[in-house]
Amino acid sequence: MTLDPIFISRLQFAWVIGWHILLPAFTVGSATFIAVLEGLHLASRRDVYLRVSMFWIRIFSVAFGMGVVTGVVMPFQIGTNWSRYADATSNVLSPLFAYEGLTAFFLEAGFLGVLLFGRTIVPRWAHFFAALMVAAGTLFSSFWILSANSWMQTPAGYEIVNGRFYPVDWIDVIFNPSFLPRLAHTVVAFFITTGFVALGTGAYLIRRGRFPAEGRTLLSMTLWLLTILVPLQIFLGDHHGLNTLMYQPAKLAAIEARWETGRGVPLTLFALPDEKTESNRAAVEIPGLGSLILTHSVRGEIKGLKDFPADQRPPVAVPFFAFRIMVGCGVLMLAVVLLGGWLRWSGRLFENPWYLRLCLLLTPIGFIAVIAGWVVTEVGRQPWTVYGLLRTADSVSPSLAGHDVALSLAGYVIVYLIMYPSGLLLILRIIRGGPASHADKDTTIAAGITEAPVLAAAAISEARKP
Amino acid sequence: MNPVLDFVPIWTVILGASVFLYVLLDGFDLGVGILYGFAPNSVARNILMNSIAPVWDGNETWLVFGGLGLFAAFPLAFSIIIPAVYFPILLMLLALVFRGVAFEFRYRDAEHRTVWDYAFNAGSALATFAQGVVLGSIIQGFKVDGRAFSGSSFDCFTPFSIMTGVALLFGYGLLGAGWLILKTEGDIQKEARRQGRVCLIGIVTAIIIVSLWTPVLNSAVASRWFVIPNILFLAPIPITTAAVAVLTWRSLQNGSQILPFAGGIMLFALSYGGIAISLYPMIAPPNLTLWQAASSGRTQVFLLVGALVLLPVILMYTSWAYWVFRGKVRANIGYH
Repeated sequence: MTLDPIFISRLQFAWVIGWHILLPAFTVGSATFIAVLEGLHLASRRDVYLRVSMFWIRIFSVAFGMGVVTGVVMPFQIGTNWSRYADATSNVLSPLFAYEGLTAFFLEAGFLGVLLFGRTIVPRWAHFFAALMVAAGTLFSSFWILSANSWMQTPAGYEIVNGRFYPVDWIDVIFNPSFLPRLAHTVVAFFITTGFVALGTGAYLIRRGRFPAEGRTLLSMTLWLLTILVPLQIFLGDHHGLNTLMYQPAKLAAIEARWETGRGVPLTLFALPDEKTESNRAAVEIPGLGSLILTHSVRGEIKGLKDFPADQRPPVAVPFFAFRIMVGCGVLMLAVVLLGGWLRWSGRLFENPWYLRLCLLLTPIGFIAVIAGWVVTEVGRQPWTVYGLLRTADSVSPSLAGHDVALSLAGYVIVYLIMYPSGLLLILRIIRGGPASHADKDTTIAAGITEAPVLAAAAISEARKP
Repeated sequence: MNPVLDFVPIWTVILGASVFLYVLLDGFDLGVGILYGFAPNSVARNILMNSIAPVWDGNETWLVFGGLGLFAAFPLAFSIIIPAVYFPILLMLLALVFRGVAFEFRYRDAEHRTVWDYAFNAGSALATFAQGVVLGSIIQGFKVDGRAFSGSSFDCFTPFSIMTGVALLFGYGLLGAGWLILKTEGDIQKEARRQGRVCLIGIVTAIIIVSLWTPVLNSAVASRWFVIPNILFLAPIPITTAAVAVLTWRSLQNGSQILPFAGGIMLFALSYGGIAISLYPMIAPPNLTLWQAASSGRTQVFLLVGALVLLPVILMYTSWAYWVFRGKVRANIGYH
């Protein structure tokens, strides 16, 4: 058996980025959530915000640490496995990645230590400022990495000389056609993901009965947030779809498993796409609705896959099903928000055991939707790394043998399968322990961060006393 | 490229300084991780951990910036060197994953030595060794065909690169010991002084071996150093190195708090300078120069604008974070 370095490199990239993206999906929203809680506490002096914030910081610190180490892996993937892609795109894409480092990574890392360990040794405003900077860092990071990602989907502002991309207009490069829709859709997805984790955690604390005040704060705050964000996300997702229709019609055809070009096409709810026969089996369709949703016009034209040469089509089944999983998650989320609004209106939000159980059950739903959406957009980009211009097959490092990549993939699989369950268990233990119940000075700190570093912080402040 | 506006020198300086800063900063916290394996009890382990917990993340960010800076300013070097050191990079990344999560994971059970304590120690040592192998590979040079590395993924493992890998263990160990002398007191500091002396012997031996081996390995290096008049201009480097080594040894023995760390930094600066002199103007020896590897002028300018504004700001708030956590670290306070 010969191992194909291209296919295994793709598997490896999917593996390391798939696991990595779960962490920003949680930490981007959490960093902002913490900054908001700290701000509310500064403004209102209500203790419950501080207790919830310190509780959330403990969860955040575990996820952030994992996000850092799995994030360090990412830029090196471009060099180790995709060196021809690196060589071809470097003049255009590398500054975007480097700006992510300059504006985001340093900001997050520089202020994280103060956020986690500095509560007693810096002034209150400085600690709040650190929380703001960490949150800003996560958002800047999303900006740059999604700009680079979008450029690969919808390249703009470049010229090609001898098979390599050169920048012509940086504004066009950064604000390429799919960037803003993707940025909005992704960042809102990250906030929603955090929102559902907070919702589930709040429901858990209320059900346990030990920390009802904190649980209610978590549940109530995030439900308001989700009431705005989930409908907004459905609007943004639709907008993103229109963008894909315009710039990446082959991807859209794969998402819809549409083989023939046509007007007034049906909406395919379910099907088994078959690439060999170029048709769908067991299709369940609603007539006319496809064009209406995708083009906002009953007679709108949708291009079919057969309009594209076979070697320029993405795989069909993977984006097709992943998209339906994502949309299914969205529908469930909307149901949770509507149900929550009704319960709140009738004054039973914190009492209804079935609703609390539902919230608990749907804690990970955001992660599922994010991964599904990611698969849709990345598999849908195939067979290209730079859409329509640079093939995935021409992007891989030429020096790699199949067994080299198999060995490295095995390494990443083993390490991540040890680390992620350990991290998850740790976060579950933190949640089970709950927020600190009493707020005298030392214990609040101890609740805000892990035990031992408190000692460092306390020891330093102790040592500095005359 | 416009010959009047050559951005390669300034990018060489920025990238060179960033990589050096990474080596110093993550060097001392990886070094603390290496020495962590020798800590006798949970109190000592907590102190070692606490001394670097608030800063390690920022330190490691310089590695990311070093990688991205190479990709941005000298992309051809990036796309030749990184695949050539495929396995050392893999080893480094996996080791850094284990070691990085250990900070959070071990605190749940800080009283006992758990798997994460071993992971922290072994991860620090492996990441260091892997970085040393990368350094050795760069000095050795790469087989290149067209615009890509054409050797095998195992070419980078040679006796020379294994030796530089081991050498870096001693080097980072020395920085780690210097940091611990600065941040701790009592028995832990005393132990760090002893470990510092062992590491100093190791790294000085390694510097001598590399200095003699590199010219044999690479004739360009020999003709750079061992011809008149170069040898006269460059002689101060080995002489200063020897003097710094002696001073560092003395500071490890007397009560100095800061000189061992400063001495370690100086030794790294001199060695780094020596390697730079040996290789210049090559970035991926034997044949790829900085200018050949450089990205387009537009790319370099676009990033330069941001780098010149942001890097000073980054250095400022990073210094502030270090300032916040200044002073000696103790483990027993706060347990009441």
